[in-house]
Amino acid sequence: MIGLARKIVAGGVVAAVILPFIPLIMWSFSNRWFYPDLWPRPWGTRAWEYVLGIAGSQITAALGRSLWVAAVTAVMAVVVGTPAGRALGLYDFKGKDLVSVLLTLPVIVPPLCVAMGLHLWFIKLGLAETFGGVVLVHLTFCLPYTVFVMWGVFSNYNLDFEDQARSLGASTLQVMYRVMLPLTFSGIVVAGLFAFLLSWSQYLSTLIIGGGKITTLPILLFALMGSGDRPVAASVSIVFVVPAFLALLLSARHLGRRSITGVR
Amino acid sequence: MTVKSENSGVDARTRPVPGGWVLVRLMGPALTIVAVLFGGGLTLGLLQSLGHLPAAGAGVLTVKHFVAILGDPDFLHSLLLTLYIAATSTVVAAGISVVMALILIGLAPRNRVVHFIFQIPLTVPHLVIAAAVAFMLSPTGLCSRVVLKLGLISSSADFPLLINDRWGIGIMLAYVWKEIPFITLMILAVLRHTGMELLEVGQTLKAGRWQRLRYIILPTIFPSLAAASLIVFAYTFGAFEVPFLLGQTYPMMLPVWAYKNYSDVDLLARPEGIATGMLIALVVAIAIVLAQGLSQAARRRGIVL
Repeated sequence: MIGLARKIVAGGVVAAVILPFIPLIMWSFSNRWFYPDLWPRPWGTRAWEYVLGIAGSQITAALGRSLWVAAVTAVMAVVVGTPAGRALGLYDFKGKDLVSVLLTLPVIVPPLCVAMGLHLWFIKLGLAETFGGVVLVHLTFCLPYTVFVMWGVFSNYNLDFEDQARSLGASTLQVMYRVMLPLTFSGIVVAGLFAFLLSWSQYLSTLIIGGGKITTLPILLFALMGSGDRPVAASVSIVFVVPAFLALLLSARHLGRRSITGVR
Repeated sequence: MTVKSENSGVDARTRPVPGGWVLVRLMGPALTIVAVLFGGGLTLGLLQSLGHLPAAGAGVLTVKHFVAILGDPDFLHSLLLTLYIAATSTVVAAGISVVMALILIGLAPRNRVVHFIFQIPLTVPHLVIAAAVAFMLSPTGLCSRVVLKLGLISSSADFPLLINDRWGIGIMLAYVWKEIPFITLMILAVLRHTGMELLEVGQTLKAGRWQRLRYIILPTIFPSLAAASLIVFAYTFGAFEVPFLLGQTYPMMLPVWAYKNYSDVDLLARPEGIATGMLIALVVAIAIVLAQGLSQAARRRGIVL
């Protein structure tokens, strides 16, 4: 009885997750689909031919830009966030609560508020409408996430391994690359994944700081949603989901049972 | 053979703290970036919303933009709508998440596939789920077609308005779909970590099903449930994409209103847009303080462990 109930629940979860993708997939493979037909008539690949063909260079450019922004943001967040996570995970010190609050605020305060404030300053610094400006505004929200992930990783970290390596004559750099990095690698991958996913889905902060010049995939998709071409908007939506999904799939091994708890 | 050193220790509480300089070197870069970009962004936003325009010559700060916004009847409508949508989405998502977590805790170890699929919504950008909801629920969407084929309605005009509607149904559906896995996984992390042992103790002590829920599970998950719900509330209160695509044109949710003013061709509307952004941040800050106060009060009265 309970076994059956569990199966129903499991089926329900899977159905609920998949359900929203059904109209997206159907519309992306429709040439024409008039109301009130239940199926596209005819089915076809017009939208995909457009997305991969005529608009291909534009889509690929946006896809590449999105990937590049998210990757650079993630690497910077991990490089800067790991040492901070190490300090917070390993030691209790005065002012730790204050540091924790300072890092929690960017997680909670909406990006909109900060991006609007930064915009004028970035114009003055020549960072508005640049790749670097967009990465910096994304970093504001991504960095705290990586620090929190690495904080968790380092609170279960055993410093004895580093001491033993040092007593065997390893240099600081060797301890870092031969001991710390392998021991915390899974955590680093997860932290990077968090930052990547967060940056990947940013829209408004990219629009405000990038001023429409840095056309990432969400910026392009928003423009398409307004154009009213449902099949094309549907196929670009799918193009937008796949890389994030692949990132999850590729890091599944490192996630283990931890899963991506806490990602937004 | 273990090498003893003064560094070794079981955890952060017992480990000797290195000198301040080491901590500064480790945390300095991260804290500087957050302080400069986040703190700076908020401060500059506040200054601009107070009428400080560097180009027009500095000096005079004024609250006239805030007065203008707070005096606008549209603002009150937007604020109430935003509070209603954010609060409803959060409460519904939190409620379902608690049930989901209780089901998954029995299911997940044996069924990794379900567990993996459950994580998929976390990787789906809000923009995409908003588009999917629009395709599903619009008057000419998939649901309307199915209902018409079943003979329940006779034209698309009979289909209830579920997106760009008064009650924000579409917006809330998109948020609930997206946030349930987020809250559930936060709860599951705690349940797996400490909850299971406590439950076993409860079972040995012959605690009934209801007693276990009331005295073991709820107190265990409460802090993380509250934290996750707070993050969801803050997000739904301040996010732009979903209400922009699925909301009605009047009244708008606050983030949409803020951006509309901010991007207005009339540059004089810009400070009002930023001021609205600051008010959004203020409401979120009040929510955090209230939530903390409430949970502390509850703890004092022994309501939650």
